[in-house]
Amino acid sequence: MHPAFSVIFLTTLIGAGQGLFLALYTGQIYALANLLPAQGDEFYAFGSLVALTLLVGGLIASFFHLGRPERAWRAAARWRTSWLSREVLVLPLVMALVFAYGLAHWTGHTQPLFTLGNWLAVDATLLIGLAATLAVFALFVCTAMIYAGVRFLEEWSSPLTVVNFTLFGLASGFMLAAAYSAFIGNQLVAFFGTWSVIFTVIALVSRFASLTRNAQLRHKSTVQSAIGVRHQTVSQKAQGATAGSFNTREFFHGRSAGTLRTVRLLFLFLVFPLPILLIGAAYATQSPTLPIVAFAVQYLGLLFERWYFFAEARHPQNLYYQSVA
Amino acid sequence: MSQLALVIDLNVCVGCHACVTSCKQWNTSGWAGPLVDENPYDADPTGTFFNRVQTFEVGTFPDTETVHFPKSCLHCEDPPCVPVCPTGASHKRADNGIVLVDYDKCIGCKYCSWACPYGAREVDEQQKVMKKCTLCIDRITDLTLPERERKPACVLACPTSARLFGDVQDPDSEVSIAIRERGGYQLMPEWGTKPANHYLPRRKTRIYIDPEELIRADNPLRKEDLTTYSGEETLDDVTW
Repeated sequence: MHPAFSVIFLTTLIGAGQGLFLALYTGQIYALANLLPAQGDEFYAFGSLVALTLLVGGLIASFFHLGRPERAWRAAARWRTSWLSREVLVLPLVMALVFAYGLAHWTGHTQPLFTLGNWLAVDATLLIGLAATLAVFALFVCTAMIYAGVRFLEEWSSPLTVVNFTLFGLASGFMLAAAYSAFIGNQLVAFFGTWSVIFTVIALVSRFASLTRNAQLRHKSTVQSAIGVRHQTVSQKAQGATAGSFNTREFFHGRSAGTLRTVRLLFLFLVFPLPILLIGAAYATQSPTLPIVAFAVQYLGLLFERWYFFAEARHPQNLYYQSVA
Repeated sequence: MSQLALVIDLNVCVGCHACVTSCKQWNTSGWAGPLVDENPYDADPTGTFFNRVQTFEVGTFPDTETVHFPKSCLHCEDPPCVPVCPTGASHKRADNGIVLVDYDKCIGCKYCSWACPYGAREVDEQQKVMKKCTLCIDRITDLTLPERERKPACVLACPTSARLFGDVQDPDSEVSIAIRERGGYQLMPEWGTKPANHYLPRRKTRIYIDPEELIRADNPLRKEDLTTYSGEETLDDVTW
């Protein structure tokens, strides 16, 4: 498939934004349980603003994917059958809830509304955060199912796609939370950094599993089943167009196998070992800048990862375009 | 319930592209707006087509066969491109089973093209919406046309009658009989999309002729003939 930058930025930006919100909310819950020092409301409010910025950035990027962006509102219509439609509904919901979460913190709506079991003081931010958390996970599923739900793209059509999208969002979001904490100089860098490393390591396992799966994949369709001629030797002589067509542009990455291998190596290095080393070094040296570098490096790696995700998928229609394939 | 479809006979298709040009001509002139071309007379021309003819060579030289393969939307009975459409622009007509795109609702997200294993859909580079074969819906439903012209442009244009058009759910239709009696098959049946369009396979046409059918070995006339011949034309010269 042709890797479109609009979709690469959409999926990576909202992934990091979702992860950042989950990191903030996790921090709040840990603080509630007295496992972490409590943070001021500004910490959550500004953190939510950063998460919201990423979500809005992703939304803006997604518009560049559309031929007719002015009609984008129509995309909410078919949520019963289309994962894309579901994403179009859940993304604004997540944005609204993250905004409400930040606003509730900013305006100080932190007086307990009621108390559960004499010890859990439930305030508005906790309730909004819980709803936002559910919406964030729903968004991970919707975004990933857009790809995992297309059964013809066998490289994507696997539960591993959903797992990977979620884990990459969590890893980069918690890494960003560590960078944010380092930037404002609070004590949560190690907490967010540790979780980020944990998610990064699990993501390495699941991404490796999907790479292995795809390397061993035997595609269902062949040129024989594509044109219905049962012969071992079938070669294409004409593709039905003087030069290119939509079919030769949309479904091919147009790069060499060497480029693909280089990109794979690059993302395997930039997403996994390098950010872990950088955040580890930041912990050892108490550096305020290294966590930011770690996030930047991992995000750059995720752009390469998503590019490879698209380029790796081979669509069955390519069987009709042998000279490009 | 009916399901209109094309049945394409690969045995007689000669790859002349008349279906391609007639399709383009009809559908670029219709009420739905042009099928746009980019750089049509320049380097790297490209454009929107509903129908394309591809050519495959089967076998190894000198034992090869050339297969011309017209390729358009197959109007699947279970079309995977329809449920993925977020706007409902992509739909399957209930009355005749034709899969269509509402160009006024399409947002050009291309998701339906990902969900079509046949690559039957193409984005119009200027109108920025997804386009595909309509089976000339504006023509086959136009009651002002005489009935024999209420067929897709490609079917009327085909000089070898390689393209049949009709209802594949009617067991007595021309297309159903062709599918049944001439080995009609579907493309990529492994996906369970149940394409309505079918293809008729290449066939070797062989007749066996016994030498005795050519030479009348036991000509009864000659056997019982007592005549003495002296070079003139005889009954044998006239009959065989």
